[in-house]
Amino acid sequence: MGSDLPEKGLVLLSSWPSMFGIRGVIALEEKGLEYEYREEHLGNKSATLLRLNPIHKKVPVLVHDGRPICESLIILQYIDETWPGADGAPCFLPADPFARSQARFWADFIDKKVYDAGTRLWKMKGEEHAEAKKEFIESMKLLEGELGEKPYFGGETFGFVDIALVSYACWFHTYDVTGGLNMEAELPKLMAWVKRCKERESVSKALPDPLKIYDFLLSLKKRYGIE
Amino acid sequence: MADEVVVFRVWDSPFSYRVELALALKGVNFRRAEEDLKNKSSELLLYNPVHKKIPVLLHAGKPIAESLVILEYIDETWKQNPILPVDPYERANARFWATYVDDKCLEILWRACWTRGEEQQKCISEAGERLRTLETALEGKKFFGGDTIGFVDIVVSFLTPWMEVLQEMARIRLLEEENYPRLCRWVRDFSSCDVVKETRPPREKLVAFFATLKPPN
Repeated sequence: MGSDLPEKGLVLLSSWPSMFGIRGVIALEEKGLEYEYREEHLGNKSATLLRLNPIHKKVPVLVHDGRPICESLIILQYIDETWPGADGAPCFLPADPFARSQARFWADFIDKKVYDAGTRLWKMKGEEHAEAKKEFIESMKLLEGELGEKPYFGGETFGFVDIALVSYACWFHTYDVTGGLNMEAELPKLMAWVKRCKERESVSKALPDPLKIYDFLLSLKKRYGIE
Repeated sequence: MADEVVVFRVWDSPFSYRVELALALKGVNFRRAEEDLKNKSSELLLYNPVHKKIPVLLHAGKPIAESLVILEYIDETWKQNPILPVDPYERANARFWATYVDDKCLEILWRACWTRGEEQQKCISEAGERLRTLETALEGKKFFGGDTIGFVDIVVSFLTPWMEVLQEMARIRLLEEENYPRLCRWVRDFSSCDVVKETRPPREKLVAFFATLKPPN
């Protein structure tokens, strides 16, 4: 049976506006790994994607030596565990179990709260929109509090939670516009952290132009008939 | 006292049960701090200010919340009887199925038992599909973890006795032997493990408890 996937090596199936796929790119770049990036068009998913992720049919999927790994946070941990300290780069998750648990907790929080509220900012109107706005800012403020005075969520080193959250940075302009927010004004420490992260090659390479993300959203809304 | 392990829990929660089962599997002594969810303790609110939920594991004064996060912490802290595999790909697999259960199975299974009429039929159908998918993870294995109970088994533990009781009360049969032979066999094998027998809440107590909630019929 023919396969369009290499027997050995890394392939990342992703979609450029996906914050989840962006995490995969950052992780692979941080570790200095060779990989093939494949763009998926979510309105027309490839047979390969559907075969590799039949349950969720979503990006990202990391393929390593022909075997798929799905779900972005699971992919991050897989990369971290398979290539610990590659090229002298520190691990994404800290060594101490308690610190690791906190990192996992906050990554879970990001996916439960930020993604949901952020999506509702552009999907909802009226009261539901106001509710989403409140929840979004509350969640982001909690995260900003968690960052505190540290340069990164990981402390001195860029790590798991940093990757989990900075992947959303390209969507912040969109959240501002659709949410009637000013994240720069409301979350100055967090925005400073975003700038700091963007100084890393992995992040600047992975993050698309925020204006392109907004255009993408507009076309998405048009396609699905959302006002 | 410095190394004390405390689990903030409620006796009927399948989520705090996961934590207790994991600790029992590892032979770790711990204290149970029973919560009244209608009147949460100041300790719980202090230790889980973000979600204000159980379970919370308190170890040497440090709190950890979210059951899957707690399970990983337990496995990393107490190395005997590992819950997660060593191989990174197998670990990714285990995490995948645990997330699948929490994100895709729990709510629909719960709703299949508590809704009625057309909505219930829809839920039952969807729940059935999810269970079918979950069953594929058991192919060629006794437990999700292989020969012994592991991460996914602990996460799926709500199937017995919680789901058994709920199905009985709702008078529906989701887990039929002929449709889900592997899952049904798993329920029997899992239930016969000593550590499970010793730690799970009594079935009769769950029946009585669920009866006080919205009546099934």
